[in-house]
Amino acid sequence: MQSQATYNYNVVRQFSIMTVVWGVVGMLVGVIVAAQLVWPELNLGEWLHFGRLRPLHTNAVIFAFGGCALFATSYFVVQRTCHTPLFAPWLASFTFWGWQLVIVLAAISLPLGFTSGKEYAELEWPIDILIAVVWVSYAIVFFGTIAKRKTSHIYVANWFFGGFILTVALLHIVNSAALPVSLTKSYSAYAGVQDAMIQWWYGHNAVGFFLTAGFLGMMYYFVPKQAERPVYSYRLSVVHFWALIFTYMWAGPHHLHYTALPDWTQSVGMIFSLILLAPSWGGMINGVMTLSGAWHKLRTDPILKFLITALSFYGMSTFEGPMMSIKTVNALSHYTDWTVGHVHSGALGWVAMISIGSMYYLIPRMYGKTQMYSVGLINTHFWIATIGIVLYIASMWIAGVMQGLMWRATNPDGTLTYSFVESVKASYPFWAIRLAGGVMFLTGMLIMFYNMVKTMAGEKAYEAPVVAPAAAHA
Amino acid sequence: MDINDLRSLVTVLGLACFVAICVWAYSRSARAGFEEAARLPFTDDDAPALPGGRHSKEG
Repeated sequence: MQSQATYNYNVVRQFSIMTVVWGVVGMLVGVIVAAQLVWPELNLGEWLHFGRLRPLHTNAVIFAFGGCALFATSYFVVQRTCHTPLFAPWLASFTFWGWQLVIVLAAISLPLGFTSGKEYAELEWPIDILIAVVWVSYAIVFFGTIAKRKTSHIYVANWFFGGFILTVALLHIVNSAALPVSLTKSYSAYAGVQDAMIQWWYGHNAVGFFLTAGFLGMMYYFVPKQAERPVYSYRLSVVHFWALIFTYMWAGPHHLHYTALPDWTQSVGMIFSLILLAPSWGGMINGVMTLSGAWHKLRTDPILKFLITALSFYGMSTFEGPMMSIKTVNALSHYTDWTVGHVHSGALGWVAMISIGSMYYLIPRMYGKTQMYSVGLINTHFWIATIGIVLYIASMWIAGVMQGLMWRATNPDGTLTYSFVESVKASYPFWAIRLAGGVMFLTGMLIMFYNMVKTMAGEKAYEAPVVAPAAAHA
Repeated sequence: MDINDLRSLVTVLGLACFVAICVWAYSRSARAGFEEAARLPFTDDDAPALPGGRHSKEG
């Protein structure tokens, strides 16, 4: 045909496999910490204590599971839509091994208690430097591939991936600036409320760019591909992209309502969070409407079920988020399990489901097949995961609102109606339901792992030929 | 000029830039290019049976 050159599937395959592996590990740790809340006796010694396992869970699911999924899909999409193999394949390989080293170092250092104390940025400075080096390499590979593309346009999914890569580099480097005092201890370069604001500028944009823009890149490629029709409105996707870029950066202060942060800054954060509803829903509608005229495919195609349900959860959590950023709502929801429910509606419903759907598309293609070993098991995975999420978020909503109401309740003489421990006691049944939901979601991941192993069994790794863009018009 | 004037200016320029992007995205001149770009995922057949693909030894 056109050329004997092949796409670099090797690094895509490595990241895809590790997505599933780290998904199982990260969600298992999640189930363990959920069980520790129900049965505190499970806090076995300092290394396996809730306080140390909880950051291990968040790092494993966000950066190991989510990160590997983003590397795999962005490397796949950028090659295929630019009709060229990856730029600097050795550097791409370095990003794989470097990222796995980061994950292993996190899995060792966090239980040992080494932490910089910044949420979602707990890793100590030597690991932070390694992350920065891997990330800059990632940017070189990704933008190098864009630069040598054989097409005139840069497909919108690559804009989202590119925005995510650049922003995460900026966020990580600024927020991690610290003064080391030993190999395992450092102090933030910032102090007081500025430190808090930079941390949540980082924290919320980690949500906006790592957990949203990157996964929207997946959405804009795999939803059209699996539905076999182009995205509903390309120009809406362009506006979606730029609206998120211009708005997300301002939303961080909503994590610091009613703190020492100046009141006007809180208000700015709240207003920009409310504005975010518009582009988020625009993007959701754009993804879902891509299926218009082909709705029947949802009945038979479990991969599409994952992708479209992910978009529904994206819509739900991007409605819930702006609502929770309103100061008066936040006065009730802040520090309660409502926040935990909101995060998991986004993390399990949107991030995990869009990644799982994309992996079910990618994994067979990495072995020269078009289908997983069992399509039936994908369907089973879909239902068990969906029911698990519903149990998880519904129990957290109820627990969260209950906690908020109990904490603010006062007697006629102004004293508190409930002590804190009474709200803990009242939360137990909901924590048990949350644990059940988490176990179901983990079970789904184990089914996926089995399906992946059976798909790979006896198969040789496949490298697809590079397709010249002209072939399209033939 | 006060530093806050500069900050206000950047904010207003940011908004103007975004509005300009929206106008451009919905303009007639952008349409043909967008239609071409929207087809990009489909100009590329990833069916494994394509000639030129190969199974490597690993795996």
